[in-house]
Amino acid sequence: MDILVVLEHKNGTMHRASMEAIAAGQSLARDLGQTVSVLAMGEDTSQMAQEASAKDVMEVLTAEHPLLKDYSADGYAKVLTQVIEAESPKYVIMGHTYMVRDFLPKVSAALRKPLLGDNIAYRIEDGSIIFTKQVFAGKLSADVVPNGDPPYLVTFQSAAFQEDAAAEGNGAAVRPVEVNLESGHISTTSEEPFQETTTTVDLASADVIVSVGRGIGKEENLSMIKALAEALGGQIASSRPVVDAGWLPPYHQVGSSGQTVAPTLYLALGISGAIQHVVGMKGSKNVVVINKDSDAPLFEIADFGVVGDILEIIPKLTEAVKAA
Amino acid sequence: MKIGVLTKQVPSADSPLKLDGGGKWIGEENVTFAINESDAYALEEALRIKEETGDGEVVVASLGPQRVQRGIREGLSKGADRGIHIEESLPYTSDPFLTATLFANTLRNESFDLILSGLQSDDLGLGQVGVLLGEMLSMSTATLVMETGISDSTIRVKRELEGGWFQWTTLKLPASISIQSGINTPRYPSLKGIMGAKKKEIRSIARNEVDDGGATLQTLRKVYIPQKVKRTEMIEGEADQVVAKLIDIFKRDIKVL
Ligand SMILES: Cc1cc2nc3c(=O)[nH]c(=O)nc-3n(C[C@H](O)[C@H](O)[C@H](O)COP(=O)(O)OP(=O)(O)OC[C@H]3O[C@@H](n4cnc5c(N)ncnc54)[C@H](O)[C@@H]3O)c2cc1C
Ligand SMILES: Nc1ncnc2c1ncn2[C@@H]1O[C@H](COP(=O)(O)O)[C@@H](O)[C@H]1O
Repeated sequence: MDILVVLEHKNGTMHRASMEAIAAGQSLARDLGQTVSVLAMGEDTSQMAQEASAKDVMEVLTAEHPLLKDYSADGYAKVLTQVIEAESPKYVIMGHTYMVRDFLPKVSAALRKPLLGDNIAYRIEDGSIIFTKQVFAGKLSADVVPNGDPPYLVTFQSAAFQEDAAAEGNGAAVRPVEVNLESGHISTTSEEPFQETTTTVDLASADVIVSVGRGIGKEENLSMIKALAEALGGQIASSRPVVDAGWLPPYHQVGSSGQTVAPTLYLALGISGAIQHVVGMKGSKNVVVINKDSDAPLFEIADFGVVGDILEIIPKLTEAVKAA
Repeated sequence: MKIGVLTKQVPSADSPLKLDGGGKWIGEENVTFAINESDAYALEEALRIKEETGDGEVVVASLGPQRVQRGIREGLSKGADRGIHIEESLPYTSDPFLTATLFANTLRNESFDLILSGLQSDDLGLGQVGVLLGEMLSMSTATLVMETGISDSTIRVKRELEGGWFQWTTLKLPASISIQSGINTPRYPSLKGIMGAKKKEIRSIARNEVDDGGATLQTLRKVYIPQKVKRTEMIEGEADQVVAKLIDIFKRDIKVL
């Protein structure tokens, strides 16, 4: 086996990162002249397997076991390790999701094989593969190469590949694989997932969002943001550190662990543009960024950008909006 | 409860990032260093668990060049009991498997009940070391942890899932837990703490003593400034001019005024 894409699901429905991973696997297969297969793990994988078999892949493997009904890092790591040992893929590809962060390093440890995580791209140079990831909060990129013999475990950042780039096929065969799992293998027990706060702020349907980051400096300065949001008739949102510091309640947080928004105007004030923030707001129709650092990664996705001090600009902007 | 905390020293967020001549790392002149953000939360959580359970020890461990001792000392001044420094000549280690191996070989005999680490390092962002180390020391593991509750032989942790969801998971001890930022409010060192820290032990171990000669699984070839792709319309001028142009854009281009 050449390339194995491992799927992730929630209540049977495939995670969008898995479709992106299929697209990544297909791309790699083309460039390396290899084949791509997929693996669905769970108690019942029929829905995912069916969805995956419609894609242009060689084979769909299913690893089913009652103990895979609920996610556990031990269970998933154990089963994936077994499948890798039995099938000997060269590359194992997944999306860089929270679940993958949680269990894939265990597979790396068990197999003593590299996990190259959170890549935004790959390229092939002189016949060998180089992966690119963001470092230093997106301000720099790094080229990383795997050493030794495959398999290599590889994850891609959200949107590194497009979901709809996953090519259709003509019905790949589905093959169940053997799974050895006992309750003794799983050292954890989990309770039902829950949502902490009922959202009292409907960011998802807001037309104008004034979003504030750590660049605001201190809690007292938030009144400035509130005044501007009020003048613009918009909602207040924030990056994670503002919530972590307790300056705003969690339901204001935009990003991978917060809300996903798509307003007409997303005004980002003192936010650097880490990927975990960007995934929550990149669907915004117009992004305006004010940041004192001209190299802030968020400028990359801005329609309009200002390099400047928000503490100086915001009060003036608020007055001007009121006067407009 | 015997708790180990991994704290990494990283360039602080507002440090200027210039590439060094070799193209493999950043030049460190003008860079100020700080404890990795999620590690600071991990340390605070360890101190709270110790205070709550009323006994035990918090040991701060760090891998890096001589300068990381300052980070360890900061941990000691906040209340950690002792420090362990794995001394490395390079300013960075880019293979998480190697980093975890060095920690495993150093910490194995400590027999910690709990190891807390940050979710990921702010420089390389690998997000693996805590779980790898847990596996190497046969501990149970959990990541993205936003609350802990400890008992004699287990720890119950609130794990963050995507999109604002959470889940409670109970792990058998010993466990290696990767802490997510925001779990608590880290304390500042007190003056007394700072004075007391000077007397606390930092054990230094040469990296070669704990390197078992295993292969490096991945190599960082180079770091570089990413190519810009999108053409952003930059608005320039003094604050008043910028504001006037923004109003114009809000009215004409974006039509929100
Ligand atoms: C698993 C995981 C999940 C995460 N989930 C989320 C999430 O859901 N949402 C989220 O936002 N983050 C999330 N994060 C954190 C994320 O990685 C970043 O750390 C965070 O987004 C950074 O927030 P920030 O841009 O406000 O702060 P920083 O990165 O510290 O940036 C502050 C910015 O303000 C600028 N600045 C400072 N002062 C001024 C001034 N006076 N005027 C103008 N600009 C100024 C600086 O130049 C800098 O660019 C997550 C991280 C992980 C690992
Ligand atoms: N050199 C280091 N010194 C101390 N702790 C480290 C080091 N490298 C990684 N860690 C710990 O492991 C966590 C995850 O790091 P990483 O896998 O590099 O993203 C960090 O948040 C630290 O707690």
